[in-house]
Amino acid sequence: MRRFDTILGPLVVLALLIGFAFVGDNYFLRLATFMLMYAVLALSWNFIGGMAGYPSFATAAFFGLGAYCGAILQKAGVPMFLSWAAAGLFTGVFAMLLGRAILHLKGHYFAIASLIVAEALREVVNTWTELTGGGMGLNLPVLQMDVTDQARFFFFAMLVVAASTFVLSAVVIRGKLGFGLSCIKQNEDAANILGVDATRYKVFAFVLSAVFVGPAGAIYAGWVNYIEPADAFDVLLSVKPIVMVILGGAGTLYGPVVGAFAFLILEEVVWRNVLTFHSGLLGLLIVLLVLFMPQGLIRVTARRLFRRTAAP
Amino acid sequence: MSALLELKGVSRSFGGVTAVHEVTTSVRQGEIVGLIGPNGAGKTTLVNLVTGVHRIDAGEIVFDGRRISGLKPHRISHLGVARTFQVVQPFPDMTVADNVAAGALFAGGGASVAAARDAAYEHLEFVGLGELADTLASALTLPDRKRLELAKSLAIKPKLLLLDEVNAGLNSREIDDALELIQAIADRGVTIILIEHVIKVVLNLSRRLLVLHHGELIADGPPDQVVKDPHVVEAYLGARFAARMRGEPA
Ligand SMILES: Nc1ncnc2c1ncn2[C@@H]1O[C@H](COP(=O)(O)OP(=O)(O)OP(=O)(O)O)[C@@H](O)[C@H]1O
Ligand SMILES: [Mg+2]
Repeated sequence: MRRFDTILGPLVVLALLIGFAFVGDNYFLRLATFMLMYAVLALSWNFIGGMAGYPSFATAAFFGLGAYCGAILQKAGVPMFLSWAAAGLFTGVFAMLLGRAILHLKGHYFAIASLIVAEALREVVNTWTELTGGGMGLNLPVLQMDVTDQARFFFFAMLVVAASTFVLSAVVIRGKLGFGLSCIKQNEDAANILGVDATRYKVFAFVLSAVFVGPAGAIYAGWVNYIEPADAFDVLLSVKPIVMVILGGAGTLYGPVVGAFAFLILEEVVWRNVLTFHSGLLGLLIVLLVLFMPQGLIRVTARRLFRRTAAP
Repeated sequence: MSALLELKGVSRSFGGVTAVHEVTTSVRQGEIVGLIGPNGAGKTTLVNLVTGVHRIDAGEIVFDGRRISGLKPHRISHLGVARTFQVVQPFPDMTVADNVAAGALFAGGGASVAAARDAAYEHLEFVGLGELADTLASALTLPDRKRLELAKSLAIKPKLLLLDEVNAGLNSREIDDALELIQAIADRGVTIILIEHVIKVVLNLSRRLLVLHHGELIADGPPDQVVKDPHVVEAYLGARFAARMRGEPA
């Protein structure tokens, strides 16, 4: 049972996804690629927000940074895979420096500080026209592939990043780092006194929340062929992963994945039917989640299934 | 015996308030020292200074022959200084066992999460919480939470344990149990600083009392002497208690 839980389950999902890539049409491939991208963002945010309890709004900053890093390098002639990896490295180092600067802040103060970063970066990108194209945006080299092959290619690229993020999450959650982050989340002073190097652990979690988002941004840039500041640094890229993680179950391994999947379906249905009410509905969803389901889908269904009584 | 903990002219103020003022004293290996003082005397601040939660403004703190003032809390706990919090600080959503395992894993030299959990069960048996190991910490009663604080502290394998009013809020039966437990911890060779409001509690265990008042150390000695010290009587015990002490045969 436990083996199924930890290894077989994810492998079955992986096999289904790979098989799906060869039968799904372009529309479904596009949806599935978005789903994987959302899973990367949600799993990443889970490191800092779900496990350590620090409400980061920096995901958009990491995503935009990765997108521009990848795009600029590729335009400069760096091979695509190398530019994606470089996007990860660059975002990771950026997160480390940023984390050291703002992770001593708590609660709202940390949230606001992290939120400002994406805004500041967007301004930088807007003004630094020679390098970034400014508000005009940046075109990426087009791949010499037919449309379906291209869709499949970016689907697999996103799948590799999502699977890596998932595997690292699994390792972290079961290990010493995850234990320490959980202590920090529940009581940072007590954690310190029991020997947890909270500063180092938080910076680690923050870097983890960035290193996969960077490549996801770079892959996204290649996928859509064109990026602009308003798109790459969109504040919704920070908000959505938070909603997904809370929806699925914060601090859990499967929660962010389930949340990303549920969110995408919800978004797709809403986007098709009530286009104009999109952000209104997102707001409503957040309120409902916080009020009625703070534990997330994972725990709610688990409780139903096993009829476990809730702890007081 | 050599000094395990030495405070040399330690001071700390918050804004205009001097919480601890030029405190100099030392605690020997194996002692149980009582630290008393009225509300706001600076007892908790002193604990925070020793454990690195607050920085000292002046002076020096030496533990086990090593200067610890200026180190971060997690470094100090690795060296073997444990404390309990005046207001208990459990990890509420973790099991009782995992609360203790955290101490064993991070400062107690635990090799892995699994090994730390094994160690946790031993400490829980020792403090009498073995049966509650798998319940959530948030579900414990106050006396049990205090025991949990003790088990967590023990898990870091301390040489020095600072107990900040572990008996506050307990009834006299529960206090007796707690004192028995503290004595058992001392018997393991752990040096203890017992911070209390209620002087009676300290008298049972300590052969030496420190008295803080307005951040200053105003007395240091055997309980029977300290209790008669005119400064202490005036500053802390008050006239009523002093009269009662005089009425009782020594
Ligand atoms: N973090 C802080 N910020 C500001 N002032 C503080 C802080 N900690 C303590 N103080 C002040 O320092 C003084 C000493 O407080 P402390 O908590 O050390 O006293 P105490 O002896 O533990 O009292 P009690 O018996 O009520 O626990 C008080 O005047 C308190 O207001
Ligand atoms: Mg106090």
